Amino acid sequence: MTADALRTEVAAVLPRATLVPEDTVRGEVVVVVEREAATQTLRTLRDHPTLAFDMLSDLTAVDYVDRTPRFAVVYQLYSTRQNHRLRVKVPVPADDPSAPSAVPLWKSANWGERETWDMFGIRFVGHPDLRRILMYPEFVGHPLRKDYPLHQRQPLVPERDPITRPWSPRRTV
Amino acid sequence: MAAGPGSVTPPRFAASDPTSEVMELQMGPSHPASHGTIKFNLRLDGERIVDVDVEIGYLHRGFEKMCEQGTWNHVFPYADRLNYASPLLNNVGFALAVEKLAGITPPERCQYIRVIGGEISRVTDHLTCLGMAASELGAISAGFYMLEAREFLYDLVEALTGARLTVTYCRLGGVMKDLPADMKAHTGVALRQVRRVLADCDRLLSRNRIFHDRMSGIGGLSPEEAISWGLTGPLLRACGVAYDVRKANPYLVYDRLDFVVPTGTTGDNYDRFMVRMAEMEQSMRIIEQALAQIPDGPIMANDPRFVLPPKSEVYGSIEGLMNHFKLVIEGQKVPAGEVYVATEGGNGELGFYLVSDGSGRPYRVRVRPPSFYSMGALGHMLRGCMLADIIPTFGQINMIGGECDH
Repeated sequence: MTADALRTEVAAVLPRATLVPEDTVRGEVVVVVEREAATQTLRTLRDHPTLAFDMLSDLTAVDYVDRTPRFAVVYQLYSTRQNHRLRVKVPVPADDPSAPSAVPLWKSANWGERETWDMFGIRFVGHPDLRRILMYPEFVGHPLRKDYPLHQRQPLVPERDPITRPWSPRRTV
Repeated sequence: MAAGPGSVTPPRFAASDPTSEVMELQMGPSHPASHGTIKFNLRLDGERIVDVDVEIGYLHRGFEKMCEQGTWNHVFPYADRLNYASPLLNNVGFALAVEKLAGITPPERCQYIRVIGGEISRVTDHLTCLGMAASELGAISAGFYMLEAREFLYDLVEALTGARLTVTYCRLGGVMKDLPADMKAHTGVALRQVRRVLADCDRLLSRNRIFHDRMSGIGGLSPEEAISWGLTGPLLRACGVAYDVRKANPYLVYDRLDFVVPTGTTGDNYDRFMVRMAEMEQSMRIIEQALAQIPDGPIMANDPRFVLPPKSEVYGSIEGLMNHFKLVIEGQKVPAGEVYVATEGGNGELGFYLVSDGSGRPYRVRVRPPSFYSMGALGHMLRGCMLADIIPTFGQINMIGGECDH
């Protein structure tokens, strides 16, 4: 589907979502969805016969530190059947940095959400195994937040003995 | 397990009947048979894998945080070091994303050069992956033959960029320098050598009984599962889904070049191997066609807002000096906005999601590393397999630490 056709179709299927003006996203198709409607919207986008977003290419966040709400969780969707792309942005406030998990919809959300939690401190409610992924368990803070200093030092961590202090165990799903 | 993790005595090793219980084993992070720093937290029933938790992040160096500190041009050296088996592809991917955000188009000759450099890098990437995977299964000779082939291509990369690995070849709006004068002849010789080596390796591996037994039917995924896990590139194409960004959404001059997208059927390790073998031939065809078609002309766009002036201007005129100074000190003022640009990297969809606030520095640079999502699916691929199946499956994912851990 071409970008224009996709824009019309998305506007028809999701009447409550806001399309981002074309010039700020250079002709790409981007919608902003409220956090309460995120799960339902993403499910619609995945299951709709002509939209058919079967792949979650990437999941990340942006810290707009001066804005309210402060964060935006960003979903890059792609349809292998229809060959079109859509970006969904879900605003997340600073005082309650959490969003519903997309793991039941796409498996790739599992590591994407773990990384977003690790880097931005956004909790994904309903994630089966929300642990840090790139940083170690004892790391303090979330490094991609704009208020995390570039040269921040971290406390020393005692050596981890594999028997008395095993690695952070995976939660059973 | 006999007791919880809080107990001081090691209960797991004091079990009475070792055959009846699940054994926990930590493999890595520095294991001689895995090329890449990674840890597998295994739960084993005998040699069968009950569950595996893949731990990454050993090569994390804050790529995205570092990118926010410098100007847009400062990101190119960091981008080299993402997938260090194919640095030119990362360079090209990042350049295309910033150019879309800035609204500039590089000249045609530059686009051809980027295709040539990128496809040379794709072949080196696949050679690294397959050579290492073969040698880890005991086929050391085939592994070294492939590394020999890679050397011929690294010589080309060196002639083109001046470096084998840390190339930093692309610039916003163009490339650093033009093709060397004898590029066509050099490439012809190198590709002939690579084809000879690949024919040897094909004879050594593709119908080899031991190789077959270790690769076939292992690590496979259905197309639906692979799509849901976000697999792209050779891993997804091995499942029979012909998704290649170069065909699905042609960028640069890929729509003018004739190549096919090889696909597999079962999605197992053997199909992944064969898809990569076939892709190398297609990449070499692309290089030959691009070298035949390449037009003369400039290699940098002419846009003083974003493109650094040539050095003769910088040292020869006050305007050039001022332009250079402003661009280096203040950075390119890329208009506010955001883009996501996907290109076909060595391991699949390499995406850059960029946010600009209109200042000279990137507000947010997000890389979508293909092997990060493939590694996410590794635990699922391995469940129920044997311990020895980890190595070929991990090898075919071609996890590149620099890219996966960014």
